[in-house]
Amino acid sequence: MSIGGHLDRRAVVTELLRDRGELAVVTGLGSPSYDVMAAGDHKLNYYLWAAMGSAATVGLGLATAQPDRPVLVVTGDGEQMMGVGALATIALRRPANLGIIVLDNGHFGETGMQPSHAGQGVELARVAAACGFPHSQVVTEMDDVPALRARIQARSGLFLATVKIRAENPPRALPPRDGVYIKNRFREALGFAPN
Amino acid sequence: MDTETAVNWQQDVFDVLKAAGVKHIVYVPDAGHSTAIRLAEADSDIHSVVLTTEEEGIGYLAGAWLGGERGALLMQSSGVGNCINTLALPACARFPLLMVVTMRGDWAEFNQWQNPMGQATEPALKLMGVMTWRADRPEQVRPLLEGAATMAFNGDTACAVLLGQQLIGKKEWVK
Repeated sequence: MSIGGHLDRRAVVTELLRDRGELAVVTGLGSPSYDVMAAGDHKLNYYLWAAMGSAATVGLGLATAQPDRPVLVVTGDGEQMMGVGALATIALRRPANLGIIVLDNGHFGETGMQPSHAGQGVELARVAAACGFPHSQVVTEMDDVPALRARIQARSGLFLATVKIRAENPPRALPPRDGVYIKNRFREALGFAPN
Repeated sequence: MDTETAVNWQQDVFDVLKAAGVKHIVYVPDAGHSTAIRLAEADSDIHSVVLTTEEEGIGYLAGAWLGGERGALLMQSSGVGNCINTLALPACARFPLLMVVTMRGDWAEFNQWQNPMGQATEPALKLMGVMTWRADRPEQVRPLLEGAATMAFNGDTACAVLLGQQLIGKKEWVK
């Protein structure tokens, strides 16, 4: 049983978001939001600050409404586990333009590094496979991250990848906390005016 | 019931959502929503999404709105309890949220285990900043839901229409 892994979460996320093009990103609350922010703030980032367990469902709604655009959810293993049923919902819908990256350090990193379910043996990539995701994988080496980035951009099918990262908290890069602002900024970038 | 003159409120639920430009109907099933769910599933312009738990719908509809589209969440009153923490999302980001909630534990309830959540449904929604309206008669459904849709989508507000058990009718337990 492996608790997390040895990858640098910031290096992984920076590579996944490199030359992102049309990509829209939804982040789960806590460290994944900081990782995406550290890679560079962007109008097409939607950072969640609450509603734990909702990152993947926000991604599902967005991917369904924007089928021609790649949509990436970047979240943590604890956040995804709280919304584990959503993997079944998403598997039924199967949007080809949606990818879910679970940054798995095997711990609740935001609350004092308590061991998480993933850290004690629950592999979310296997949960996704059992739900019927057409592709799921476990990434343990940095060499595999560029191919993951290419998979996101290709919009070639729904997938979930758990990426085994080190259990550490890099310096926080805080995204904007004004939910209305990031919502309207996101929609404006897609051509939708605020009410 | 006089079926010739009765208002078909179940059809009205779907018709109002459709007319409001709803492109996503996300739901945990309830018998009271069966007509709207069936019509939504048959409508090629509407994405019908069955959920494992109701709060998934709040995230989903926030995502759809980010992507420029409207939706509605159908559920039973017990599901409101599942939504509480996630209602922070529309509260903080002012996402439109249109919920249609069929009531249990409300009137003539045979299963008293439904009563605690049924009795708490409307206060719980209000505590989390959701505006609510109750329909207890068939002719109330259309105007209340139209009004809720207006306030949700034009005012970036969370709105719920509760469909009471006096409207839905008693559940038949012994057949």
